[in-house]
Amino acid sequence: MIPLNWWLILAAMLFCISVAGIFINRKNIIVLLMAIELMLLSVNMNFVAFSRYLDDMAGQVFVFFILTVAAAEAAIGLAILVVLFRNRRTINVGELDSLRG
Amino acid sequence: MITSTLLLTIALSPLVGAIIAGLFGKQVGRGGAHTVTILGVAISTALSLYVLKLIAMDGHPAVNMSIYTWFEIGSIKAEVGFLVDSLSALMMCVVTSVSLMVHIYTIGYMKDDPGYQRFFAYISLFTFAMLMLVMSNNFMQLFFGWEAVGLVSYLLIGFWYKRPTAIFANLKAFLVNRVGDFGFLLGIGMLLAYLGTLDYATAFARAPELVGQTFTPWGSTEWAVPTVICILLFIGAMGKSAQVPLHVWLPDSMEGPTPISALIHAATMVTAGIFMVARMSPLYELSETALSFILVIGAITALFMGLIGVVQNDIKRVVAYSTLSQLGYMTVALGASAYSAAIFHLMTHAFFKALLFLGAGSVIIAMHHQQDLRRMGGLSKYMRVTWITAWVGTLALIGFPGTSGFFSKDAILIAVQHAERPGATFAYICVLLGVAITAFYSFRMLYLAFHGKERFGHDNDHAHDAHHDDHGAHDDHHDDHGHHSGPPHESPWVVTLPLILLAIPSLLIGAFTAGPLLFGNFFDGAIFVAEGRAPLAEMAQHFEHGPLAFALHGFITVPVWLALIGFGVATYIYLFNPAVAEKAKQVLAPIHRILDKKYGFDELYQALFARGSVAMGKLFWQAGDQAVIDGALVNGSAGLVARTAFAIRRLQSGFLYHYAFMMILGLIVVIGAFALLQ
Repeated sequence: MIPLNWWLILAAMLFCISVAGIFINRKNIIVLLMAIELMLLSVNMNFVAFSRYLDDMAGQVFVFFILTVAAAEAAIGLAILVVLFRNRRTINVGELDSLRG
Repeated sequence: MITSTLLLTIALSPLVGAIIAGLFGKQVGRGGAHTVTILGVAISTALSLYVLKLIAMDGHPAVNMSIYTWFEIGSIKAEVGFLVDSLSALMMCVVTSVSLMVHIYTIGYMKDDPGYQRFFAYISLFTFAMLMLVMSNNFMQLFFGWEAVGLVSYLLIGFWYKRPTAIFANLKAFLVNRVGDFGFLLGIGMLLAYLGTLDYATAFARAPELVGQTFTPWGSTEWAVPTVICILLFIGAMGKSAQVPLHVWLPDSMEGPTPISALIHAATMVTAGIFMVARMSPLYELSETALSFILVIGAITALFMGLIGVVQNDIKRVVAYSTLSQLGYMTVALGASAYSAAIFHLMTHAFFKALLFLGAGSVIIAMHHQQDLRRMGGLSKYMRVTWITAWVGTLALIGFPGTSGFFSKDAILIAVQHAERPGATFAYICVLLGVAITAFYSFRMLYLAFHGKERFGHDNDHAHDAHHDDHGAHDDHHDDHGHHSGPPHESPWVVTLPLILLAIPSLLIGAFTAGPLLFGNFFDGAIFVAEGRAPLAEMAQHFEHGPLAFALHGFITVPVWLALIGFGVATYIYLFNPAVAEKAKQVLAPIHRILDKKYGFDELYQALFARGSVAMGKLFWQAGDQAVIDGALVNGSAGLVARTAFAIRRLQSGFLYHYAFMMILGLIVVIGAFALLQ
C-alpha cells in the first residue's frame, strides 16, 4: 500500500503548482480558473488520503461536496468570463486592472 | 395690618397692567392701555402709602414673610418673600408715586408714538420689578428684581429701536451693567458660601461671624471676608447706580424717551444700588475698608460728573450728568455710614430729579423734539407752569435753604465732614466743590432754556437739520409736527399736572420728613450703624429748633454760600453777559476739551474693551476656530486620511495575481507564526 506521506506530498506539489499557476500566469484568465480548480483538487486529494488512512468516510463525503461546489463555481466563473470578454474584448490578465488604486 | 395679600396686590397690580397693555395692546387700544396701567400703579401707590402710614405712624412692626418657596437645595432655600420695614415702605412709596406721575405724563409725551401700548407695558413692568427688588426679603429675589429692572431699562433705552444711536446706547447700558452684576453675583455667592443663607434676616444676624475670617484668593494674599463681600456687592451697585468707572451707560441712556429717563434713569432704578447698600448696612458696617472705597468712588462721581454737566448742550444730558453727580452724593453718604442721609437724599432726589426730567421733557415737546439748549431760550413766557416748576426743581437740586434738597444735601455734607475714615477729607472737598458746580450747571440750564434771548428761529431749518442726533426720534414718531411750526406753547394738562404734583414734594417733603428720617428712630431695625458712629449727631443739635430754624441757619453755612457763588456766576454769564461763556471756552480750551470728551472714558472703553474683545474674538476666530478646529481637526484629519490613502493606494495594483500572492503570503505568515508559537 502506498504510504500516506506520498499522497500528502503529491497533494502539496499539486497545490504549489496551482499557486505558481496563479502567480506566474500573466496571460490567460482561463488558466487562472484552472489553477484554482487544481488547488481544490489537491485539497480533495488530502481528504481522500486521510479518509482512507483513518478509515473515516466523512472525508470522502466532504470531497463530494467540494466537487459540487467547484463545478458550480466553474460554471459561474466561466459565465463571468464570457461577460467580461464581451465587455472588454480581452481576457488577458495583465490588462484587467480596473481595481488599481 | 399688613398681610401677604396686601403686599402681593401692591407688587402684582402693575404686572397685571403690564400684561394687559403688553399682550393685548391691540385689543384694549391706546386708551385702554393707559387706563389699565395707570389704574394698576395707582392701586400700588395708594396701598404703598397705606403701608407707610401703618409703619411710620401707627407703629406697625416690620413684616418679614416668605410667600413661596421656589426650590430647595440642601439647606439653601430660594424663596419669594417680602420684608417690609420703614426702609422698604419708604422706597415703595417713592417708586410707586414717581411711577404714577410718569405714567400720567406719558399720555401727553407719547401721544403720537406708534409704540404707545408697548411703552405703558414696559413702564408698568418696570414698576413691578422695582417693587419686587425693594420689597425682597432675600438675596435671590433681590437679584431677580435687579436683573428685571436692568432688562426693562434695556428695552426702554432702545424703545425707538430704529435709531442706531438708541440701539448702541441700550447695548452699552446692558453690557456695562453686566460688569457690575458680575461683581454683585460674586458677592452674593460669597455670602452664601460663608453664611450659607440667602435670607436677609438670617444673613444679617450671622454677619458678625464674618469678622476676622480671611479669604485667600491666591498665594499668601489674604483679604478680610467682609471687605471682599461688601466691595463685590458694591461693584453691582456701581453698575446699577452708575458710579465711576461704570457710569458711562447713564448719559447714553438718554436716547430713550424722556419719561423713562425720569422714572428709571433718575428717580428709581439707578438708586437701586444706593438702596441695596443701605439695606446691607449690617454687612457694610463690618468693613471700614469697603466704606472708604465707597466714599472715594462716590466723591469722584459727585464732583467730576457734575463738571461734565457744565459743558453739555443737550438739555437731557445736563440733567443726566446732574443725576450722576447726585448719585455720587448718595454714595458718599453711604461711605460715611450715613445710610439714612443717603436714603433721604434718594427720596428727595427722586422727586426733584423726576420733576426736572419731566420739565425737560415738557420743554422738548414744546420745542418739537429739539433738545439742544443753544437753540432754546426765553421759553418762560410761553410755558409758565413748566418754567415755575423747573425753578422749583432747580432750587431743590442746588439745595436752596428750605427746599427738600437742602435738608438732604446738608445732611450728607455734614456726615462726610464728620466721617473719620480714610478718604473722608478728599470726599468732603469733592462734595463741597460739587455744590458750587451743581448750582452753576443747574442755573446754566435754566437760563439757557427759559431766559435770555429766543434762539429758536422760525426760518432756519438748516441748522435744525444739523442736529440729527437729537432729532432722530422725529422721523419715527412725530412726523406730523413739521419743522418748528408756530411758537412754542405750554404742554397739555397731563404733562403739567405731574410737574405740579412733583414740585410740591420737591419743595416741602424735606422739611417734614428730615426730622424723623435723619434723627428720629424711623429707620431703627432697618438700617444698622455701628456703635460710636453717629455721623449726623452734630446736625441733630442744629436741628433741635425745627426745620425752619435749621433752614435759616443754612444761610450762614458754607455749602449755601458755595451754591450762591455757582448761582451768581451762572446768572452773570448766561443772563447778563453771554459773551463771557464763549471767552471762557477759548481761554479754558484744554479743560473744555477734557470735559467735552468726558475724561475719555468712552474712548478708553471703546479702545480697550470693545476693540479688545473684537481683537480677542478675531484671535479666537483665526487661531482657534480657523487654525485649530477647522484647520487641524476637521480638515486636518480628512487631509491625513487622504494623504495616507494616497500612499497606500499604490499597493492596489488591480492585478489579480498580486492579490492572490498577498493572500498566500499572509496565510504563510499566519500559519508560520501559529506554528512557531505552538
